[in-house]
Amino acid sequence: MDFFIGHYNYWIVILLMMVGLYTVISRGNLIKKIIGLNIFQVSVFFLYISMSTVEGGAAPIITEGVEVYSNPLPHVLILTAIVVGVATTALALALVVRIKESYGTIEEDEIHEQDHSL
Amino acid sequence: MIDIVVNITLLAFLAITSVAIVRMTNLFAIIMLFGIFSLLSAGLFVVMDAPDVAFTEAAVGAGISTVLMLATLALTKDHHEKSPLGHRPWLPLAVVGITGAALVYGTWDMPGFGDPDAPTQTHVARYYIENAVPETGVPNIVTAVLASYRGFDTLGEVAVVFTAGVAVLLLIGGKRSKTSTKVKHERGQDEA
Amino acid sequence: MKPNLILHVVSKFLIPLIIIFALYVQFHGDFGPGGGFQAGVIFSAAIILYALVFGLDAAEEIIPSRLLRILASLGVVIYAGVGVVTLLLGGNYLDYSVLASTQIAGQHLGILLVELGVGISVAAVMLIIFFAFAGRGRE
Repeated sequence: MDFFIGHYNYWIVILLMMVGLYTVISRGNLIKKIIGLNIFQVSVFFLYISMSTVEGGAAPIITEGVEVYSNPLPHVLILTAIVVGVATTALALALVVRIKESYGTIEEDEIHEQDHSL
Repeated sequence: MIDIVVNITLLAFLAITSVAIVRMTNLFAIIMLFGIFSLLSAGLFVVMDAPDVAFTEAAVGAGISTVLMLATLALTKDHHEKSPLGHRPWLPLAVVGITGAALVYGTWDMPGFGDPDAPTQTHVARYYIENAVPETGVPNIVTAVLASYRGFDTLGEVAVVFTAGVAVLLLIGGKRSKTSTKVKHERGQDEA
Repeated sequence: MKPNLILHVVSKFLIPLIIIFALYVQFHGDFGPGGGFQAGVIFSAAIILYALVFGLDAAEEIIPSRLLRILASLGVVIYAGVGVVTLLLGGNYLDYSVLASTQIAGQHLGILLVELGVGISVAAVMLIIFFAFAGRGRE
């Protein structure tokens, strides 16, 4: 039971990762692929933050009377990762807008057809 | 005890939301569900003692990302995903299943959630927790590490954000040109 | 009664509060959760709310696009500039201890300037991206 509670976090992280991966590789709509990629990213953030918590610890801000702190290093890494993730998502959405303007559709197989029929 | 129950419940909601995102076909509803997903993950980050990360995830995920996706939806005017044709979801499911099984096998040996003797908590982290205030005078250790100890990485991150802004400006910042409609007309006349 | 009257009144009340909160998060990032990134995104959220309720033209009047491009570059220049200043004062690149007389004062000043640069740049870039997306729809 302890093992289950101790590792439940990691299994949900793997489930989210696989759901995101499945959305990216098996759905044809471009916006849905981008959302799947975001789900994948958030699951990786959970993996790191789960590894950094300490039982009975507090947030890593030095205050009086607190002795056990959570590990601050993964927080720094994930902060950077979140901002880089939103930059990537914004760029991907701009590309989707341009694809729609030039092909007239955002379904992947229709775009392939138009490309290969020239 | 109540911490564990909240943790388990929120993670279960997160999993259910993500499965719902895969299965639905109405793009507007999917984007709204993505906003809920982001809010739930921000709440989970607070429960896991990471307020800076929760702040950023709530502001960026449920704020900026959702707004940009709605703007893209309005620009592409395409509210329903075409339902996937019967082209065999078995291969993606098999790939995903095998990868998931391999990852679960990999987590078997990992230290349990919240273990204070895990290797991540005992080496470098202890140096930062003990020396952040004497060396930099800033109580928020995350800010001290982000801006002072690992300042180069933050410089790179600001450069990445700036580059993304420049790239979006190049792609869709200018005036809408007429060439896109002209090219489609020429292509239509070539095939006719 | 104008349409969207409730939205107009409530957002006129909320937008200054959101901007004050963004400034609070920026400058108290040393003592509580917060910092440059969160403050920049919250500030841009206030301006996006204004653009959504009052129209894109009204928002572009208060913050013109040329100013946003200058601000985005200014943030990166402030950050890299702090590093160059520490080089000129004799330390390593981005070694804040040489900025003031004591090490702790120097670190405080360096972290404050650097987070300011980050906040300005992130706010400007988020607004650039939003205005680019929203301005594409109208011909």
